[in-house]
Amino acid sequence: MSKKTTNEVNEVETQEHNHPTASKYFIIALILSVITAIEVGIFYLEFLSYAIIPILSVLSIGKFTLVIMYYMHLKFDSKLFSGLFLTGLILASSVTITLMVLLNWFQSR
Amino acid sequence: MESENNHHEEQEHSSTGLSHKKLLMWAFLGSDCMFFAALIATYLVNMGNNPAGTPFPEDVFSIPVTSVSTFVLLMSSLSMVLSYAALSQNRMKAFRIWLLSTVILGATFVGFQIFEFNDFVNHEVEVHCSDLANDSKKERLTDLQIKIGTEKCLDGIDEVSEKVPLTPQVNLFGSTFFTLTGFHGGHVTFGIIWLFSLLLYSFRGKVTPLNLDLAALYWHFVDIVWIIIFTVVYLFGVFPGY
Repeated sequence: MSKKTTNEVNEVETQEHNHPTASKYFIIALILSVITAIEVGIFYLEFLSYAIIPILSVLSIGKFTLVIMYYMHLKFDSKLFSGLFLTGLILASSVTITLMVLLNWFQSR
Repeated sequence: MESENNHHEEQEHSSTGLSHKKLLMWAFLGSDCMFFAALIATYLVNMGNNPAGTPFPEDVFSIPVTSVSTFVLLMSSLSMVLSYAALSQNRMKAFRIWLLSTVILGATFVGFQIFEFNDFVNHEVEVHCSDLANDSKKERLTDLQIKIGTEKCLDGIDEVSEKVPLTPQVNLFGSTFFTLTGFHGGHVTFGIIWLFSLLLYSFRGKVTPLNLDLAALYWHFVDIVWIIIFTVVYLFGVFPGY
Protein backbone atom coordinates (compact mmCIF):
# COMPACT_ATOMS: atom_id res chain seq x y z
CA MET A 1 0.00 0.00 0.00
CA SER A 2 1.22 3.48 -0.77
CA LYS A 3 2.04 5.98 1.94
CA LYS A 4 -0.23 8.86 2.79
CA THR A 5 0.59 12.34 1.56
CA THR A 6 2.11 14.77 4.05
CA ASN A 7 -1.18 16.66 4.25
CA GLU A 8 -3.09 13.51 5.07
CA VAL A 9 -0.63 12.49 7.77
CA ASN A 10 -0.80 16.01 9.20
CA GLU A 11 -4.58 15.83 9.24
CA VAL A 12 -4.55 12.59 11.24
CA GLU A 13 -1.90 13.93 13.63
CA THR A 14 -3.79 17.20 14.10
CA GLN A 15 -6.93 15.22 14.94
CA GLU A 16 -5.02 13.14 17.49
CA HIS A 17 -3.52 16.24 19.08
CA ASN A 18 -6.98 17.82 19.31
CA HIS A 19 -8.30 14.90 21.37
CA PRO A 20 -9.10 15.79 24.99
CA THR A 21 -6.50 15.39 27.73
CA ALA A 22 -6.77 12.76 30.48
CA SER A 23 -8.03 15.38 32.94
CA LYS A 24 -10.83 16.30 30.55
CA TYR A 25 -11.76 12.61 30.24
CA PHE A 26 -12.05 12.45 34.05
CA ILE A 27 -14.25 15.56 34.09
CA ILE A 28 -16.55 14.02 31.44
CA ALA A 29 -16.75 10.79 33.52
CA LEU A 30 -17.64 12.87 36.58
CA ILE A 31 -20.39 14.68 34.66
CA LEU A 32 -21.74 11.33 33.36
CA SER A 33 -21.76 9.89 36.89
CA VAL A 34 -23.53 12.97 38.29
CA ILE A 35 -26.18 12.83 35.53
CA THR A 36 -26.76 9.12 36.29
CA ALA A 37 -27.13 9.92 40.00
CA ILE A 38 -29.59 12.73 39.14
CA GLU A 39 -31.56 10.31 36.92
CA VAL A 40 -31.90 7.80 39.74
CA GLY A 41 -32.70 10.57 42.26
CA ILE A 42 -35.38 12.09 40.04
CA PHE A 43 -36.91 8.66 39.59
CA TYR A 44 -37.80 8.56 43.30
CA LEU A 45 -39.40 12.06 43.34
CA GLU A 46 -43.04 11.05 43.09
CA PHE A 47 -44.40 14.62 42.87
CA LEU A 48 -42.80 14.99 39.42
CA SER A 49 -45.27 12.41 38.08
CA TYR A 50 -45.25 12.32 34.26
CA ALA A 51 -42.72 15.20 34.10
CA ILE A 52 -39.98 12.64 34.77
CA ILE A 53 -40.37 11.25 31.23
CA PRO A 54 -39.11 14.39 29.39
CA ILE A 55 -36.58 15.11 32.16
CA LEU A 56 -35.08 11.60 32.02
CA SER A 57 -35.13 11.70 28.22
CA VAL A 58 -33.16 14.96 28.13
CA LEU A 59 -30.64 13.68 30.70
CA SER A 60 -30.21 10.45 28.76
CA ILE A 61 -29.67 12.30 25.47
CA GLY A 62 -27.15 14.53 27.28
CA LYS A 63 -25.13 11.48 28.41
CA PHE A 64 -25.37 9.94 24.95
CA THR A 65 -24.10 13.15 23.34
CA LEU A 66 -21.20 13.54 25.79
CA VAL A 67 -19.97 9.99 25.10
CA ILE A 68 -20.13 10.24 21.30
CA MET A 69 -18.65 13.75 21.18
CA TYR A 70 -15.77 13.32 23.62
CA TYR A 71 -15.11 9.60 24.19
CA MET A 72 -15.81 8.60 20.58
CA HIS A 73 -14.10 11.82 19.40
CA LEU A 74 -16.84 12.85 16.94
CA LYS A 75 -16.32 16.45 18.01
CA PHE A 76 -12.71 16.29 16.83
CA ASP A 77 -12.79 13.74 13.97
CA SER A 78 -13.91 14.04 10.37
CA LYS A 79 -17.49 15.13 9.71
CA LEU A 80 -17.83 12.06 7.48
CA PHE A 81 -17.78 9.82 10.58
CA SER A 82 -20.49 11.96 12.18
CA GLY A 83 -22.53 11.78 8.98
CA LEU A 84 -22.32 7.98 8.80
CA PHE A 85 -23.28 7.51 12.43
CA LEU A 86 -26.04 10.14 12.46
CA THR A 87 -27.57 8.63 9.32
CA GLY A 88 -27.86 5.29 11.15
CA LEU A 89 -29.12 7.00 14.29
CA ILE A 90 -31.82 8.97 12.44
CA LEU A 91 -32.92 5.84 10.58
CA ALA A 92 -32.96 3.95 13.88
CA SER A 93 -35.11 6.62 15.55
CA SER A 94 -37.46 6.52 12.55
CA VAL A 95 -37.70 2.71 12.80
CA THR A 96 -38.57 2.99 16.51
CA ILE A 97 -41.23 5.68 16.06
CA THR A 98 -42.73 3.97 12.99
CA LEU A 99 -43.01 0.61 14.77
CA MET A 100 -44.62 2.27 17.77
CA VAL A 101 -47.12 4.15 15.60
CA LEU A 102 -47.93 1.07 13.51
CA LEU A 103 -48.50 -1.02 16.62
CA ASN A 104 -50.69 1.64 18.25
CA TRP A 105 -48.33 2.23 21.18
CA PHE A 106 -49.26 5.91 21.52
CA GLN A 107 -53.04 5.27 21.55
CA SER A 108 -52.68 2.66 24.29
CA ARG A 109 -51.00 5.19 26.68
CA MET B 1 10.28 2.39 18.37
CA GLU B 2 7.93 -0.59 18.09
CA SER B 3 4.81 1.56 18.31
CA GLU B 4 6.11 4.14 15.84
CA ASN B 5 6.78 1.40 13.25
CA ASN B 6 3.24 0.16 13.70
CA HIS B 7 1.94 3.69 13.38
CA HIS B 8 3.58 3.99 9.94
CA GLU B 9 2.33 0.56 8.86
CA GLU B 10 -1.26 1.55 9.43
CA GLN B 11 -1.06 4.61 7.17
CA GLU B 12 -2.95 3.81 4.00
CA HIS B 13 -3.94 5.67 0.90
CA SER B 14 -7.58 6.66 0.64
CA SER B 15 -9.41 9.24 -1.44
CA THR B 16 -10.92 10.81 1.70
CA GLY B 17 -7.67 10.86 3.66
CA LEU B 18 -9.44 8.84 6.33
CA SER B 19 -8.83 5.28 7.46
CA HIS B 20 -11.04 2.80 5.60
CA LYS B 21 -11.23 0.61 8.70
CA LYS B 22 -12.46 3.48 10.84
CA LEU B 23 -14.97 4.53 8.19
CA LEU B 24 -16.27 0.97 8.06
CA MET B 25 -16.52 0.82 11.85
CA TRP B 26 -18.65 3.98 11.93
CA ALA B 27 -20.88 2.57 9.17
CA PHE B 28 -21.25 -0.65 11.22
CA LEU B 29 -22.12 1.29 14.37
CA GLY B 30 -24.72 3.28 12.43
CA SER B 31 -26.31 0.03 11.23
CA ASP B 32 -26.11 -1.51 14.72
CA CYS B 33 -28.16 1.49 15.94
CA MET B 34 -30.99 0.22 13.74
CA PHE B 35 -30.65 -3.30 15.15
CA PHE B 36 -31.02 -2.07 18.74
CA ALA B 37 -33.75 0.41 17.75
CA ALA B 38 -35.84 -2.48 16.41
CA LEU B 39 -35.32 -4.44 19.66
CA ILE B 40 -36.13 -1.42 21.86
CA ALA B 41 -39.27 -0.61 19.85
CA THR B 42 -40.40 -4.25 20.05
CA TYR B 43 -39.85 -4.19 23.81
CA LEU B 44 -41.81 -0.94 24.27
CA VAL B 45 -44.73 -2.16 22.20
CA ASN B 46 -44.99 -5.54 23.96
CA MET B 47 -43.85 -4.92 27.55
CA GLY B 48 -47.37 -4.27 28.83
CA ASN B 49 -49.21 -7.01 26.91
CA ASN B 50 -48.93 -9.70 29.56
CA PRO B 51 -51.42 -12.14 31.06
CA ALA B 52 -52.51 -11.42 34.64
CA GLY B 53 -50.50 -13.31 37.21
CA THR B 54 -47.21 -12.99 35.34
CA PRO B 55 -44.46 -10.51 36.27
CA PHE B 56 -44.43 -6.96 34.92
CA PRO B 57 -41.34 -4.67 34.91
CA GLU B 58 -42.30 -3.08 38.27
CA ASP B 59 -42.38 -6.55 39.86
CA VAL B 60 -38.83 -7.55 39.02
CA PHE B 61 -36.59 -4.54 38.30
CA SER B 62 -34.20 -3.35 41.00
CA ILE B 63 -33.18 0.21 40.11
CA PRO B 64 -30.36 0.45 42.73
CA VAL B 65 -28.65 -2.70 41.35
CA THR B 66 -29.00 -1.58 37.72
CA SER B 67 -27.75 1.92 38.62
CA VAL B 68 -24.55 0.40 39.99
CA SER B 69 -24.03 -1.71 36.85
CA THR B 70 -24.67 1.38 34.72
CA PHE B 71 -22.02 3.25 36.70
CA VAL B 72 -19.59 0.35 36.19
CA LEU B 73 -20.10 0.47 32.40
CA LEU B 74 -19.64 4.27 32.35
CA MET B 75 -16.35 3.87 34.24
CA SER B 76 -15.23 1.24 31.73
CA SER B 77 -15.64 3.89 29.02
CA LEU B 78 -13.39 6.20 31.03
CA SER B 79 -10.68 3.53 31.38
CA MET B 80 -11.04 2.79 27.64
CA VAL B 81 -10.28 6.39 26.59
CA LEU B 82 -7.42 6.58 29.09
CA SER B 83 -6.00 3.39 27.58
CA TYR B 84 -6.24 4.91 24.08
CA ALA B 85 -4.62 8.15 25.26
CA ALA B 86 -1.75 6.18 26.85
CA LEU B 87 -1.12 4.14 23.69
CA SER B 88 -1.17 7.29 21.54
CA GLN B 89 1.61 8.65 23.78
CA ASN B 90 3.45 5.31 23.63
CA ARG B 91 3.06 4.74 27.40
CA MET B 92 2.70 0.97 27.12
CA LYS B 93 2.47 0.16 30.85
CA ALA B 94 -0.34 2.69 31.41
CA PHE B 95 -2.06 1.46 28.24
CA ARG B 96 -2.07 -2.14 29.52
CA ILE B 97 -3.26 -1.18 33.01
CA TRP B 98 -6.18 0.88 31.69
CA LEU B 99 -7.09 -1.75 29.09
CA LEU B 100 -7.08 -4.50 31.74
CA SER B 101 -9.25 -2.23 33.92
CA THR B 102 -11.71 -1.91 31.05
CA VAL B 103 -11.84 -5.69 30.63
CA ILE B 104 -12.43 -6.17 34.38
CA LEU B 105 -15.14 -3.49 34.51
CA GLY B 106 -16.81 -4.99 31.42
CA ALA B 107 -16.74 -8.45 33.01
CA THR B 108 -18.21 -6.96 36.19
CA PHE B 109 -21.07 -5.50 34.15
CA VAL B 110 -21.75 -8.91 32.58
CA GLY B 111 -21.61 -10.41 36.08
CA PHE B 112 -24.31 -7.96 37.19
CA GLN B 113 -26.40 -8.98 34.20
CA ILE B 114 -26.03 -12.70 35.00
CA PHE B 115 -26.98 -11.94 38.63
CA GLU B 116 -30.03 -9.99 37.44
CA PHE B 117 -31.15 -12.71 35.00
CA ASN B 118 -30.75 -15.35 37.70
CA ASP B 119 -32.78 -13.19 40.11
CA PHE B 120 -35.56 -12.81 37.55
CA VAL B 121 -35.69 -16.52 36.77
CA ASN B 122 -35.99 -17.30 40.51
CA HIS B 123 -38.17 -14.30 41.30
CA GLU B 124 -40.32 -14.51 44.40
CA VAL B 125 -43.14 -12.08 45.22
CA GLU B 126 -43.63 -11.26 48.90
CA VAL B 127 -46.69 -9.57 50.37
CA HIS B 128 -47.28 -8.32 53.92
CA CYS B 129 -50.95 -9.12 54.45
CA SER B 130 -51.46 -6.02 56.63
CA ASP B 131 -50.57 -3.84 53.59
CA LEU B 132 -53.74 -4.97 51.82
CA ALA B 133 -55.90 -3.45 54.56
CA ASN B 134 -54.04 -0.12 54.56
CA ASP B 135 -55.06 2.06 51.57
CA SER B 136 -51.85 4.12 51.42
CA LYS B 137 -49.71 0.97 51.56
CA LYS B 138 -51.95 -0.89 49.12
CA GLU B 139 -51.38 1.86 46.53
CA ARG B 140 -47.69 0.99 46.52
CA LEU B 141 -48.29 -2.70 45.84
CA THR B 142 -48.08 -3.99 42.29
CA ASP B 143 -51.07 -5.71 40.64
CA LEU B 144 -49.29 -9.04 41.02
CA GLN B 145 -48.72 -8.48 44.77
CA ILE B 146 -52.39 -7.58 45.24
CA LYS B 147 -53.48 -10.66 43.29
CA ILE B 148 -51.26 -13.01 45.30
CA GLY B 149 -52.13 -11.29 48.58
CA THR B 150 -55.86 -11.46 47.90
CA GLU B 151 -55.64 -15.18 47.08
CA LYS B 152 -53.31 -16.26 49.87
CA CYS B 153 -53.76 -13.88 52.80
CA LEU B 154 -56.12 -15.80 55.02
CA ASP B 155 -56.92 -15.12 58.68
CA GLY B 156 -53.89 -15.29 60.93
CA ILE B 157 -51.26 -15.11 58.14
CA ASP B 158 -48.87 -12.13 58.35
CA GLU B 159 -46.85 -12.62 55.19
CA VAL B 160 -47.18 -14.67 52.03
CA SER B 161 -44.82 -15.34 49.16
CA GLU B 162 -45.03 -17.08 45.82
CA LYS B 163 -42.41 -17.97 43.27
CA VAL B 164 -43.25 -16.12 40.04
CA PRO B 165 -40.33 -16.60 37.66
CA LEU B 166 -39.70 -14.30 34.72
CA THR B 167 -38.34 -16.24 31.76
CA PRO B 168 -38.50 -15.56 28.01
CA GLN B 169 -41.41 -18.03 27.78
CA VAL B 170 -43.59 -16.53 30.54
CA ASN B 171 -44.88 -13.43 28.76
CA LEU B 172 -44.06 -10.84 26.08
CA PHE B 173 -42.28 -8.62 28.59
CA GLY B 174 -39.94 -11.54 29.39
CA SER B 175 -39.37 -12.43 25.72
CA THR B 176 -38.55 -8.89 24.59
CA PHE B 177 -36.60 -7.96 27.73
CA PHE B 178 -34.29 -11.00 27.60
CA THR B 179 -33.82 -10.59 23.83
CA LEU B 180 -32.87 -6.91 24.11
CA THR B 181 -30.63 -7.10 27.16
CA GLY B 182 -29.28 -10.49 26.08
CA PHE B 183 -28.10 -9.08 22.76
CA HIS B 184 -26.58 -6.11 24.55
CA GLY B 185 -24.82 -8.48 26.96
CA GLY B 186 -23.59 -10.45 23.93
CA HIS B 187 -22.13 -7.25 22.48
CA VAL B 188 -20.38 -6.50 25.78
CA THR B 189 -19.00 -10.05 25.97
CA PHE B 190 -17.66 -9.79 22.40
CA GLY B 191 -16.08 -6.45 23.33
CA ILE B 192 -14.39 -8.00 26.37
CA ILE B 193 -12.90 -10.77 24.20
CA TRP B 194 -11.73 -8.20 21.61
CA LEU B 195 -10.09 -5.95 24.24
CA PHE B 196 -8.45 -8.91 26.00
CA SER B 197 -7.07 -10.11 22.66
CA LEU B 198 -5.58 -6.64 22.07
CA LEU B 199 -4.03 -6.78 25.53
CA LEU B 200 -2.36 -10.10 24.70
CA TYR B 201 -1.30 -8.87 21.25
CA SER B 202 0.31 -5.81 22.82
CA PHE B 203 2.97 -8.08 24.36
CA ARG B 204 3.92 -9.12 20.81
CA GLY B 205 4.03 -5.48 19.67
CA LYS B 206 1.09 -5.88 17.31
CA VAL B 207 -1.28 -3.27 18.69
CA THR B 208 -1.53 0.06 16.89
CA PRO B 209 -3.52 3.16 17.94
CA LEU B 210 -5.87 2.49 15.01
CA ASN B 211 -6.54 -1.11 16.17
CA LEU B 212 -7.34 0.14 19.64
CA ASP B 213 -9.39 3.05 18.31
CA LEU B 214 -11.68 0.62 16.45
CA ALA B 215 -12.19 -1.49 19.57
CA ALA B 216 -12.72 1.67 21.64
CA LEU B 217 -15.42 2.93 19.26
CA TYR B 218 -17.20 -0.42 19.58
CA TRP B 219 -16.87 -0.35 23.37
CA HIS B 220 -18.25 3.19 23.70
CA PHE B 221 -21.10 2.17 21.41
CA VAL B 222 -22.24 -0.58 23.79
CA ASP B 223 -22.05 2.04 26.53
CA ILE B 224 -24.34 4.51 24.71
CA VAL B 225 -26.79 1.71 23.89
CA TRP B 226 -26.92 0.91 27.62
CA ILE B 227 -27.50 4.60 28.43
CA ILE B 228 -30.69 4.38 26.35
CA ILE B 229 -31.69 0.94 27.70
CA PHE B 230 -31.22 2.09 31.31
CA THR B 231 -33.58 5.03 30.83
CA VAL B 232 -36.15 3.54 28.47
CA VAL B 233 -36.31 -0.04 29.75
CA TYR B 234 -35.53 0.27 33.45
CA LEU B 235 -36.49 3.78 34.63
CA PHE B 236 -39.49 4.21 32.34
CA GLY B 237 -40.39 0.52 32.81
CA VAL B 238 -40.88 0.85 36.55
CA PHE B 239 -42.59 4.26 36.31
CA PRO B 240 -46.32 3.71 36.94
CA GLY B 241 -48.47 4.62 33.98
CA TYR B 242 -45.72 4.43 31.37
